[in-house]
Order: sequence, then structure tokens, then C-alpha cells
Amino acid sequence: MEKTIAQKIFDAHLIDDRFGKTVIITLDRVFAHEITTPPAIKDLDQRGLDSVFDSTKIKAVIDHVTPSNDSLSAIQAQIMRNWAHRHHIKDFFDIGRNGVCHALFPEKGFVRPGFTIIMGDSHTCTHGAFGAFACGTGTTALEVGILKGIAALEYPKCIKVELNGKLQSGVYAKDVILTLIKELTVNGATDHVIEFTGDAVPNLTMEERMTITNMVVEAGATSGIFAPDMQTVDYLWPFIKTEYDNDKNAALQDFSKWNADPDAEYSKVIKIDISTIQPKITIQFRPDQVINASDAKIKIDQVYIGSCTNGRLSDLRVAAKILKDKKIAPHIRGIIAPATTEIYRSALKEGLIDIFMDAGFVVTATTCGACLGMSNGVLAPGEVAISTTNRNFNGRMGKGGMVHLASPATAAASAIEGYITDPRKYLEG
Amino acid sequence: MREEKSKLKGRIWIVGDSINTDLIVPSRVLTEQNPDKMLEATLELVIPDFYKKVQKGDFIIAGKNFGCGSSREEAVYVLKQLGVRGIIAFSFARIFFRNCINLGLLPIVIKEEDDSQNFAPSDLGNEGDLISIDLTKSTILSLNSNKKFTFHPLSPFLQSYLDKNGALSYIKEQLKQ
Repeated sequence: MEKTIAQKIFDAHLIDDRFGKTVIITLDRVFAHEITTPPAIKDLDQRGLDSVFDSTKIKAVIDHVTPSNDSLSAIQAQIMRNWAHRHHIKDFFDIGRNGVCHALFPEKGFVRPGFTIIMGDSHTCTHGAFGAFACGTGTTALEVGILKGIAALEYPKCIKVELNGKLQSGVYAKDVILTLIKELTVNGATDHVIEFTGDAVPNLTMEERMTITNMVVEAGATSGIFAPDMQTVDYLWPFIKTEYDNDKNAALQDFSKWNADPDAEYSKVIKIDISTIQPKITIQFRPDQVINASDAKIKIDQVYIGSCTNGRLSDLRVAAKILKDKKIAPHIRGIIAPATTEIYRSALKEGLIDIFMDAGFVVTATTCGACLGMSNGVLAPGEVAISTTNRNFNGRMGKGGMVHLASPATAAASAIEGYITDPRKYLEG
Repeated sequence: MREEKSKLKGRIWIVGDSINTDLIVPSRVLTEQNPDKMLEATLELVIPDFYKKVQKGDFIIAGKNFGCGSSREEAVYVLKQLGVRGIIAFSFARIFFRNCINLGLLPIVIKEEDDSQNFAPSDLGNEGDLISIDLTKSTILSLNSNKKFTFHPLSPFLQSYLDKNGALSYIKEQLKQ
């Protein structure tokens, strides 16, 4: 029978299929951060089950609130730190080396095509950019993963999304995924894996693919997957070149087993001509409430550039291109949170940090921070932010605050004007 | 199945579509080590003072996509701790649904009939009304309006989890046998 990528990955990891739609698969990775893992650690401990299935397959980070901003977040970090130490989890990233999990773990080479990955974090779907199956779970499923290296998941049903054409200048991966979420609606992909294909895909960088897969959960999807190609090989090359004996074509050939069969079955096929997409912005409180940025005349108080969606180096470069030799509007609080320590360092070396500071931004620690209203730029009631993050839920960035989601370019242009702005006029010439 | 397990009765709360887990339990209380503080924030932007008003055995009637967003299992935990017996919705987000099963909070998916284009959560009654749920027949009866609704039965596998009050309790019991 012809299979999708997700189905092939499940078949290769299947250990039990006696339960109907729910199957048991083995896990190649269990990722962990300090918000959802401490409840799992405490519960396992209370049940007398404080152990891990394989300390080399568990990767852990303190990223949501770092540095800690009060005693409570410090305690969460402490529980995580002690656990990582106690179980000899070598790949544990604390202050000075940390970063937002879904930017950090790919950067460290922890994701491979064909891998199965879970984490107590809904944006774990990001890692599907590498041709892996990765999804978020709750605490209990995370506990099972930590203990046994297995997960109970529904055998994948898939939606195919064909991205064709070429993006206009000033339009980015974020605008593509917002366009798709609007089309699917917030539950249009529930219980499905989205597989991306089309003639636009070879030109999408790994960072762009991660921006897209990051937000598929906002349409309800379990995960989003791009088939591995030479871009995937290039990104992972420093970590795999020994394994493939310095032969990139051998790596590509091996990864090609994670392509979908030509007649694989999809519940739905959606085609998007990305050349027609314009810069987008969300309005109100759902990620499918999307309009063109040029149609929004909304005054903003804060601009936040960062997160697992859009805090990577290419995002900072785009923002810097727009902000170079410009000042942000006097009433704007501008915050840039580079997604990882390495991204921060690269931005510093490239002179991007100077551009941001000259424009009037603060550049903060590498943390999830304000994205979920935990630190680093929480909004007051009545305040409005434009943000490169992934959720505009009511209260998400602080009780009573409003969040408009956009690309780093749109966020940067809006910082200059103080109002939501189509970035294209800052990119001409 | 024992009689008392197959029939449930409770008051209802009505909420809309896409009630996300940030609304059920906001991020700012996720680091709380004191469970009571977490419970006080439950659904605060949807039903103010829910934690004071809710009673043991109540049900929440919701629209589509209940529990979307963050994977936080605390969203199920707080509802269960406050005594909510189950969530009756037109659809659930995947992670929340799975978390319900894993923690033993009953998730019920209403069947939308062909002639129910405008069917809304409020069709099941008003806040505070009583409903009766028959788990064997997969029906919900509004005791105020006498309207009857059907829902998708849970698979025997998921039902066995729920009967044992969640996944880990179930697995622990299996291991003892």
C-alpha cells in the first residue's frame, strides 16, 4: 500500500497495533523544558518511577523563563536542573548556552529525517521541517516517553499542502503559514499531519520550513512535515558528515526513504500559489483571523521579535535590513529576543545588535518569555503588541493585552511607524 | 457495566468555540507550586470566579475545538480538581482530548446531525440546567427542555482508561495483574 511520510515513519517505529486507531511507537527523542517537565518529574517521583529510558535520547533545556523572574520560575528551573543532573542527561542547556527549544534542538543537530519525537509542548511540530514526525503531548504522555521511550498516538491521517510559485519581496514564510491557517481554520487539520510539497519547497530554507511547520498546530494539526532534500542535508551536514563518509549524495539517498509514495492517500489536498500572498497580520484572538497588513490601521505599544516561530538568524537579518539607520516610533517599546545563544552571537558579529540598539530596541536573553506572557515583555491590560510569535489568544501575552501576529519584516516596519504597517515600502530600492 | 457508572447527571456550563488552554489555565500560574492558586485562575476570562461557582459533577458544554493551543495538561488537571465531570463539545483539539483520557476527565463528542446546521452549545440548555448522560446508549438528555442528543461512543480502549481514572492508574493496575 502506498504511504505518506508520516505513515512510513510510524511503520518503522511501530511496536503495538492492537488498539485500533491508537498505535504504540518507539521514540528517537524526548525533548524537555522547564514548564511542562517538572510536573512529570514530580509525578514520576511520587509514583516511585524516577528513571529515564535513555539519557542520550533525552534533550533538555531551560527556555520558557530564563533567567528566572521570580521564586516560582526559579523552582521550576531548579527541578529541571536537578533532574538532568541526576539522570546524567548530557544535552542539558542552561543559561549561557540555552535557547528556545524548537530553535535550539535543530541547531544542535538533534533532529534527523525519519525520527519520532515528542515533547510537552504543542509547537514540537516544528521539527517536522526535517522530515521527522514530531508532536506535542501532555504531561502523562511525556512521563511514559521519559520512562519507556514509547508513545501512544493515532496512526496518521494526512493532508497534502502544495506550495507553488515564488514569494514576492517583503513576503515571508510567516505570511505563508498565516495564509494556510486562514484557509484551514483553527481546527481544519485536527488529528491530521500536514505534508508540504510543491514547486516552492526546494527554495524554502530550513529556517523558513521551521516557521511553517511551527504553526501547523494552530490549524489543529498533529504535525507538519517537509520531505528531506539537499537543504536538509546541508543544514545537518556538520553533524552527519562522518556518518555518511563525507558524501552528501549518500546522505540524500538515505534520507529519500522518507519521501511519500506517489499514490499515498491524503484526506485533503490544498494548493496555494504563494506568489499571490501579501504581508499578513492576525486580528482578534484566533490565529485564523488573518488580513493583509496593508488593511490594518492599528496603533501598537510593543513590538516583539523572537520565539520558536521567528527568532532565528534569518529573521533577525530581515528585521535589521528594515531597521538599519531608522528609529522606532517614540511610543513603541521594542524587544528582540534572539531564539538561541548562537543566534545572538552571530547577530552580534554581523552587527545586527548594533542596528537594533541604534533603532531603540532592547535585545534580551534567549527565552520564550513574552510569547506566553511569562516574562520579558508582558503586556498591561489594554496594551497592543505586534509579535513574530505564534499565538494571539486572549490574554496570551498578558491579561487584557492584544497580540497581532506577523513576520519579522512587518513587525520591524510597524515599530518604525508605531502602527501596523506593510513592510514592502521599507524594502524597495 | 454497573448502573451508576453508565448514567451520569449534572449541571451544565456553556462556553463557545476554540476555548484554548491559555483560557482554561493561563501561563502565569503554570509555575505555581500551590494548586489552589492555579485553580483560582481557571477559565477566569471566560467565566469569572468559575472556581467558586462550579460544583462537583458539573459538565461544560462547548463548541468546536475545545482545548486548542498549548499542550499543558494542567488544563485538564484544574477542571478535574474543581469537580468537573466531563466536557461535552462538538470537537476537541488533539492534545487536550488525549490529556482528558490520560487524566480521567470524560470528553464527549456530540454527533452533529445532517439537519443541525445551526446547532450550538446553547441548544443543550442554559447555564445551570441539568442533563443526564447515558454512556451505554451514548445519549444526553436535557432535563429542563427534554431535548435529546447523541454522541460518538468512546472506543473500548479509551473507555477502559477512563474507567480506571486515567492512563497511569490503568497501567499500574494492569501491571499488578
